[in-house]
Amino acid sequence: MSAPQTTPGRGTGLDARRVPRELHPVAWWLWAIGLIVAVNRTTNPLLLLLTLSVLGFVVASRRGSAPWARAFRYYLMLAGFVIVLRLLFRTVFPSGVTPTDHILFRLPRIPTPSWYRGVQIGGPVTLEATLSASVDGLRLGTMLCCIGAANALANPKRALRVLPGALYELGMAVAVAVTLAPQLIESVQRVARARRLRGGAGRRVHALRSIVVPVLADALERALMLAAAMDSRGYGRSGDASPRARRVTGGLMLAGLIGLCLGAYGLLDATVPRVLGAPVLLAGAAVCCAGLALGGRRVRRTRYRPDPWRGPEWTVALCGIASAVLLYVSAGYSAAAVDPTFYPLRFPPLPALPAIAILIAAIPALAAPPPIRSRRHTTAPDAGTEPSPRTELVA
Amino acid sequence: MIEFDRVTVTYPGETAPVLADVTLRVAEGELCLVVGRTGSGKSTLLGLVNGLVPHFTGGTLAGAVTVAGRSTATNRPRELADAVGVVQQDPLAGFVTDTVEEELAYGMEQLALPPEVMRKRVEETLDLLGLAELRDRALRELSGGQQQRVAIGAVLTPHPRVLVLDEPTSALDPTAAEETLAAITRLVHDLGLTVLMAEHRLERVIQHADQVIHLPGDTTASAGPAAEMLETASVAAPIVELARAAQWSPVPLSIRDARRRAAAFRARLADHPPHPAHAAATSATEALRADGIVVRYGEVVAVAGVDVRLVAGEIVALMGRNGSGKSSLLWALQGSGRRQAGRVAADGRDPGRVSPAAARRLVGLVPQTAADLLYLPSVAAELAQADRETADVSTATARELLDRIAPGISDDTDPRDLSEGQRLSLVLAIQLRAAPGVILLDEPTRGLDYGAKRALAAVLDELAREGRSIVLSTHDVEFVAAASDRVVVMAQGEIVADGPTAEIVVASPAFAPQVAKILAPLPYLTVGQVLDGLLTEVET
Repeated sequence: MSAPQTTPGRGTGLDARRVPRELHPVAWWLWAIGLIVAVNRTTNPLLLLLTLSVLGFVVASRRGSAPWARAFRYYLMLAGFVIVLRLLFRTVFPSGVTPTDHILFRLPRIPTPSWYRGVQIGGPVTLEATLSASVDGLRLGTMLCCIGAANALANPKRALRVLPGALYELGMAVAVAVTLAPQLIESVQRVARARRLRGGAGRRVHALRSIVVPVLADALERALMLAAAMDSRGYGRSGDASPRARRVTGGLMLAGLIGLCLGAYGLLDATVPRVLGAPVLLAGAAVCCAGLALGGRRVRRTRYRPDPWRGPEWTVALCGIASAVLLYVSAGYSAAAVDPTFYPLRFPPLPALPAIAILIAAIPALAAPPPIRSRRHTTAPDAGTEPSPRTELVA
Repeated sequence: MIEFDRVTVTYPGETAPVLADVTLRVAEGELCLVVGRTGSGKSTLLGLVNGLVPHFTGGTLAGAVTVAGRSTATNRPRELADAVGVVQQDPLAGFVTDTVEEELAYGMEQLALPPEVMRKRVEETLDLLGLAELRDRALRELSGGQQQRVAIGAVLTPHPRVLVLDEPTSALDPTAAEETLAAITRLVHDLGLTVLMAEHRLERVIQHADQVIHLPGDTTASAGPAAEMLETASVAAPIVELARAAQWSPVPLSIRDARRRAAAFRARLADHPPHPAHAAATSATEALRADGIVVRYGEVVAVAGVDVRLVAGEIVALMGRNGSGKSSLLWALQGSGRRQAGRVAADGRDPGRVSPAAARRLVGLVPQTAADLLYLPSVAAELAQADRETADVSTATARELLDRIAPGISDDTDPRDLSEGQRLSLVLAIQLRAAPGVILLDEPTRGLDYGAKRALAAVLDELAREGRSIVLSTHDVEFVAAASDRVVVMAQGEIVADGPTAEIVVASPAFAPQVAKILAPLPYLTVGQVLDGLLTEVET
């Protein structure tokens, strides 16, 4: 893999001179979170649609050929589903209809009992309500797509590996569970098939038992073998902390988490004194970090081929953050354009500065290094089929 | 390199020790083989080397085990990870990550080696074991031989001084086994690694062994040079049995040595053509007939239009490399597996078109993982359940069948505590309770020692005499030579050879049993035949 490879028709002149590599997963996540924050600030459908186009553009030009890279389309479907659901609710439960609204059609009204007066079922469906419901749905859907884009662009396993040292065990457990899940499914299929060999009939309880017992026994046995293998390969070698250090770490983490919860509650509930808001949230976060740092200090472990953090990573992460900051700042000047209403009904404007803020997030499509595409097919043309032992020997 | 000083191991809840007062020594750079029957303590002995026994398994250890100068009493397995590499029987069960490259690096990450060192060692190991082409591949997609090599590579990267392998070739076909063993011997010769290896299939490994640790099963252990130890060991490969019959001392360990010795012996036997190793069925009743069987999984064709005829009372061995379609064919014949095209007729009915309960009365199948059929807490409960399931069939009870196959399995044992051979017998008894005319066994010899294989051959012989036809898939040439009438070889879903055992098995060098290789061109296949030949020589 000495020469950088580009797919015909895809590589631009710039790409051809750059070595394909995977971007640090954290860079993609920072970029996506920046966009989520930006999207959260606006209800302008034009800005939202612009964000979706930016996401699609970046994903299409910078995703690899791994299975998770195909995740984006499922998030798009999910976004569509969210919009439809939101519309449906607003249609069935209309509220706040004013005399000047444009009525599209009327649903038959279902009388609600007197103690349930607050909610109306059926009745007039207005254009204004339908539009604002779609925009609400679109906003939520766009946020989901931001997460989808990060998932499609960043390798999830590598993302787990950047967890701080103190959380290494947790990340390891998740990674192992993800690896073992297909084996469990395989085991269920195998046992279900084997059951037919004994006639396959029997009462329901019996049938369930004849599948569950062998599968569980199998899973347990496999878990023990894996544990033995990990132990003999040095897992948990440096995890020795004195009981006191462990208690201190645990205490710090617990206190920090309580602080985070209280702080979030304080921020969201206006009736709570302000002191309980941001200051407690920040203090909680600080205590958590201290706990993680203390817990991570005892871990001595290195990483094979760690993802480097270079110029492109800075660019991608900063683009996301810049989008969020610029949109928040510009929103103050053009509040009506960033949050347009449909009362009275009119076409939403496209404010210049916020639009530029969103467009900044499209820069990674060029700034990130080109992805590694279908490396597997260039090295192993027979991947997936059963390779014969003869060719292996020759190879 | 490895030293056992008066080691006694007792597992929790047991009164008698598994190993008692064992003292032995394995020198640096030796390939040491651990031999003994099932349950003689081989796994315990291997586990002791890196401290998995007793740190991981529980139990008490008396005496001292020292590896590379470190005692396992004070060092846990994880602390010995840089000195001892352990490869388990099933490589897939020990994989932590999911691609080849990451798996090779995992052990080094735990030891906190600097990234540059890791990068270099991964590349070296990829080359050493011929894995460079596979570096990005998912571990689950690899063939058995490749997985085993990755598992070995993964414990090699921290540069251990000792490699411990528990039955590294038991699940592999002959070619993949050769490949794995070639890699291991190269490590011993090129890197001076000390290797401790347990293996049931001695015929595959004894030629590589310098030293043998023999566990006779009475909690003792003794070590010595391979040829000397094998002369009297409780388990013996065919080559060793032949040497005992011919009274060669010391025992030859490779086919080459044995052939050099055998010239005079061959001359003695030349006048006595052997009796067939297994009396072929004489009946002409067709027990099963299958035409044009096709099994496919999406794009992959597992069985591509295969015809099978089975005569009552015959034992057919189905051979071929892993993934050649053996299992798929057996499952299709039984009627429970997929079958996209083709017809099967057993006793005039198609087992694929009747209910599963009726199908098992026509064709019985013992699957590869026999334990999948067992779900009750005791042997007695399983047997009673089998009797209930087939109450309409009038044969012996499941208990009587089991006692005929493997006497002495007590009622209240948990089926999961049985040995591999006993569990196979239990499932076979359950399937026989339905009195099918055809019995199919998918890799029944996996994990069986020589004694258990002999017992299985005897049981199959008796069933065949009763007029049942038997098909078994296996990689074990020695078992095939001793137990079957006919061999069918499959490749890529097609039958590539079909004929009497003696012809097929001798025709290919990879498939020939040891006795045939040593005594060629004489048509002897098994030591049993040779002993018969010697008897007739004495009589005449």
